[in-house]
Amino acid sequence: MKILVTAKRVPDPEQKVKVKDGMVDLSGVSYVINPFDEYAVEAALRLNEKGAAGGKAERFGEVVILSIGPEKAAVKEMRAALAMGADRAVHVVANDDDLDSEIVARIVAKVYEQEQPDLLLMGKQAVDGDSNQAAQLVAGYLGMPQACFASQIETEADAKWLRTYREVDGGIEVKKVPLPAVVTVDLRIVSPDAVRNGQTDPGHKYEDGPRFASLKGIMKAKKKPVDKKTPADLGVELNKRVVYHGYEAPAERAGGIKVKDVAELLDKLHNEAKVI
Amino acid sequence: MGNVLVLCETKDGALKTSSLPAITAARQMAEKAGGAVLGVMIGSGIEAASQEAAKYVTKLYKFDNADLGNYMAETWAPLVAKAAGEGGASHVVATATNLGKDLMPRVTALLDCGMASEVIEVLDAKKFKRPAYAGNAIATVEVTTDKVVATVRQTEFEPAAEAGAGEVVSLDAGALDALGAVFEKLELTQSSRPDLGEAKVVVSGGRGMKAGENFKVLEELTDMLGGALGATRAAVDAGFVPNDLQVGQTGRVVAPELYIAVGISGAIQHLAGMKGSKIIVAINKDEEAPIFQVADYGLVSTWEAAMPEFIEGVKQIKG
Repeated sequence: MKILVTAKRVPDPEQKVKVKDGMVDLSGVSYVINPFDEYAVEAALRLNEKGAAGGKAERFGEVVILSIGPEKAAVKEMRAALAMGADRAVHVVANDDDLDSEIVARIVAKVYEQEQPDLLLMGKQAVDGDSNQAAQLVAGYLGMPQACFASQIETEADAKWLRTYREVDGGIEVKKVPLPAVVTVDLRIVSPDAVRNGQTDPGHKYEDGPRFASLKGIMKAKKKPVDKKTPADLGVELNKRVVYHGYEAPAERAGGIKVKDVAELLDKLHNEAKVI
Repeated sequence: MGNVLVLCETKDGALKTSSLPAITAARQMAEKAGGAVLGVMIGSGIEAASQEAAKYVTKLYKFDNADLGNYMAETWAPLVAKAAGEGGASHVVATATNLGKDLMPRVTALLDCGMASEVIEVLDAKKFKRPAYAGNAIATVEVTTDKVVATVRQTEFEPAAEAGAGEVVSLDAGALDALGAVFEKLELTQSSRPDLGEAKVVVSGGRGMKAGENFKVLEELTDMLGGALGATRAAVDAGFVPNDLQVGQTGRVVAPELYIAVGISGAIQHLAGMKGSKIIVAINKDEEAPIFQVADYGLVSTWEAAMPEFIEGVKQIKG
């Protein structure tokens, strides 16, 4: 199938984000693909290949990456997704500060309409803004079925549906959506057998986690096409509906104490904090 | 004037307690916007639940229909939007449960407005504080559209108290269109433990636990305290425990009354997911571990040395 996957550039979540003068200080941070988007890329590749031991998979269908971000900076993240095995990319050039969830969703919806994929696959949220809105907005704008927070996906060869296992309050909800649909993925989508496409041997187990790009993949990625556009090309205006007035650091936790032994710990928890 | 419509979820035929913090936030917004608090409840056989919810709002819109028993964003979003129109609501609010997170952006799309996610403080009718960067920065955001949709973080607002007897108004759901999507089933977690996000106590293990089988010690403590078991990404990556136990920026964000971190060094990614906890206990053999900077009570020890005595002590306290 043809799958459109989003890949947002975010500050590396392993680095501590600092607030300075009412703004998030992004000087000196390095950027990576939003981890949930990276998982979506992995899920898209697993849907579109006959997986086999040793990573020797037979690919079919098409995986198109969509990244919205600054001129130079988004390229690294898109190339990383292409190096994992995606086929080509669409880069919508925009500064992060000019975007909000609605604008992003309008852009994604426009690219969706141009590309006409069978599936729009996104990470459940970006780990910088943490808004968790874009995919559901796209589904709402386009009047499409949605399945968010999928931890497992099943389909059959040439099927026109997906069965998704959604992480909901208290358990897993099984929801079947006809294609085309909008699906977002949660952490467990990269578990060894989280994606079943009716073509990969059901006994096949993937390595846990998103795949690493091979050297060959990285070399090939450099030659894969990247189609550049602007929001204006897509007819999307940059009128923000949610304006950020500034940031502050969260309240620091008051410094705690070190106890000398288990007996003192139990005493503190029982008599001082009264939590046990 | 702007009325505030709040989504009232149900569970087993009753009003879900997780909706009560949203009602509190809705009251704050209604006060700023100069309107009333209205409710909307959707489901099947929700007469009793709707009567219960009506005690918190001036008017409760009810869509009670056999085909609405199972939540689906496709059918529910138009009904929430319909209730908002019926009640002249400028605001639509829900708790940021998984259902709220899934549904509310779709409602936002239908109302063609802006949305603030996971609000932790109401500053003005359209101005809120919300965490970004996994809680490492608190943003002040303003929604600029006439209508406003918001989800609120459950742990940041007190559960609402009853406010009288509101009127229950049944609305006709009309023809439902799920756009071809089918709800097949709900598999409730087999575990007798509470959900990580709702547990009052969370006991988590890190790479320091050395092996999956050693988590049995933590499970014993978890069950004695009626809590949920958690883990770090490192412990998940090492294959000690399944993915869904992960607490952290890319896992679950938790804020229990008591968080006990065992064999956890305190990577940024993990701290982001648990530092909102009320009381944090850290047991780690490395006294320089960053986890001690956020811990209320830190004990420098290996888990092997500390846990048997700790469990024995808890047993005695619990009697």
